[in-house]
Amino acid sequence: MSETQVFGIPKIWKTDVHTHYCPGCTHGVAHRLVCEAIEELGIQNRVMGIAPVGCAVLMHEYMDLDFIEAPHGRAPALASGMKAVRPEKVVFTYQGDGDLASIGMGEIVHTMNRGLPLTIIFINNAIYGMTGGQMAPTTLLGQKSTTSPAGRSAKVSGYPIRMCELLATLEGPAYIERAALTQSKYIVKAKQAVLKAFKNQAEGKGLSFVELLSTCPTNWGMRPVDACKWLEENMVPYYPLGVYKDFE
Amino acid sequence: MARALMKGTEAIAEAAIQAGCKYFFGYPITPQNEIPEYMSARLPEVGGTYLQAESEVASVNLLMGGAATGYRVMTTSSSPGISLMSEGISYIAMAELPCVVINVSRSGPGLGNILPAQGDYNQATRGGGHGDYRIIVLAPGNLQEAVELTQDAFALSQKYRTPVMLLADGFMGQMMEAVEIEPRETENPSSNAEWAMGWRDERGGKRVVIRSMLLDPDKMEPFSAHLQEKYAKIRESEARFEHFMVEGAELAVTAYGTTSRVCRSAVSNLRAEGLKVGMVRPITVWPFPVKGYSSLPKSVRGILDVEMSPAFQMADDVRLATLCGLPVATEGRWGGYSPSVRQIEDKCKELLRK
Ligand SMILES: Cc1ncc(C[n+]2csc(CCOP(=O)(O)OP(=O)(O)O)c2C)c(N)n1
Ligand code: SF4
Repeated sequence: MSETQVFGIPKIWKTDVHTHYCPGCTHGVAHRLVCEAIEELGIQNRVMGIAPVGCAVLMHEYMDLDFIEAPHGRAPALASGMKAVRPEKVVFTYQGDGDLASIGMGEIVHTMNRGLPLTIIFINNAIYGMTGGQMAPTTLLGQKSTTSPAGRSAKVSGYPIRMCELLATLEGPAYIERAALTQSKYIVKAKQAVLKAFKNQAEGKGLSFVELLSTCPTNWGMRPVDACKWLEENMVPYYPLGVYKDFE
Repeated sequence: MARALMKGTEAIAEAAIQAGCKYFFGYPITPQNEIPEYMSARLPEVGGTYLQAESEVASVNLLMGGAATGYRVMTTSSSPGISLMSEGISYIAMAELPCVVINVSRSGPGLGNILPAQGDYNQATRGGGHGDYRIIVLAPGNLQEAVELTQDAFALSQKYRTPVMLLADGFMGQMMEAVEIEPRETENPSSNAEWAMGWRDERGGKRVVIRSMLLDPDKMEPFSAHLQEKYAKIRESEARFEHFMVEGAELAVTAYGTTSRVCRSAVSNLRAEGLKVGMVRPITVWPFPVKGYSSLPKSVRGILDVEMSPAFQMADDVRLATLCGLPVATEGRWGGYSPSVRQIEDKCKELLRK
């Protein structure tokens, strides 16, 4: 009987390492989708990745790609600098919500507006993971964090920011989509979105932004399964999944 | 290029292009606006790219991204903008990437005013940002030297993989002088393939990771020591200064940049009167040219530090360079004024009478 492999580890994934992510954290799923997309497009040697400041800062230890570690929030500026010099390369950033929507708000808005063909992967887990669970710009109203112990109040902290909706008002981006990473029906869609975001750039079609709703079981104080459920019940209604902009 | 009358800012911009810099990132701030303006018009003509940043925070990070590819990149600003870039410069030092930053400095602190000043000496010579690093800082005394130092800045930044700053005050940026700008031979960027991103094919599939973080103290400790070794090498090999009329001098005036021009005239006039005055002019302010002071003739009894800074920021380095062996007097104007030749002459005469 011959054996056919139907599922395996992407070649870009460095098999000799274990990630530092907490059990049940969906950063790992997002990483896999990035690796699969790059592999399927056969662009490994063309890719230059920019790691954020946040839990994913060491993502270059897991992916066999050229990488640089950016200052907190500045990844889109680094990406634009690289793309300006090497337009034939495929440049992507991978950023958390503290990184992209708080300290890096200026850089992301102007990068999206400038419209250089880049790929931006945005991990929205509604919290600051790496620093231990503080309130993020995406923390939901009423959600408890170490700096909103009584739950986020709109009066004091304003409302959670919806990045896809905000960026979709700009002329620069070609493609914006929000997906989730909790179960296969969502992950299949997330996979298509990430793939499209890299394909758009590889084919010179434009700038793409994919937001992935992600869990942080550790700082949410939940078991991984409960975290997925909480995401679907609380984040998805406030951050609706779907395509916000598509040039096609 | 034949000798031509050019404004300082434009001469610096063209010098960078003639040194192979095709990528420029910047944000408007007076008194350096002519550089981004010149670059936005000129770079497309040479197949390069000008990107206008949304802030100096973005400028320096665009610069870091560009630098990571191994090509020659530059940004320019003036004092408040350089403060915003300090985080990025610290990261670029840690990542060991070459790039050139030009500071056409103005009065501070705060918004200060848009007139020339030399109040950014400490910021520049101590690196500006956080952590254990230095950057090479070049301080031209005239426009021809500004042209040459701009071009040297690229070579030095590549040689040591470090940011290099050209510290030129607003006078230097705005004045016009005859300059000659020669094309400088530049290294092929692909020769940077060992450390630069985006050369995987050329490198036989080997990848590059540029770090700005080393969590493990067993890595951070030796890495920090490595940076210090690099800085020690720079101190040893790259310090530059000029001695002017120091033979037999009893008083040595010291100044860099614009104030050195004023002092040069004062020293010449005093010598014509038979007074024994000379000048030490640092060309690199980091590394500070200690030798320029230790090699002064024995006849020198004191030093006069002239700056457009009420804090006389360089004076501390002069005291260190002389191991506090000579009295250091100070003279200057600030807030947008430069000292006059007469003012320096009078001060020298007063000191010589003592
Ligand atoms: C200038 C600066 N400010 C603050 C920090 C501290 N810091 C490190 S990671 C982080 C936020 C990470 O949160 P997020 O971007 O949401 O990513 P996650 O860890 O959740 O994946 C912060 C504030 C820093 N490194 N640099
Ligand atoms: S802290 Fe949160 S985001 Fe970071 S690895 Fe753990 S679960 Fe994931």
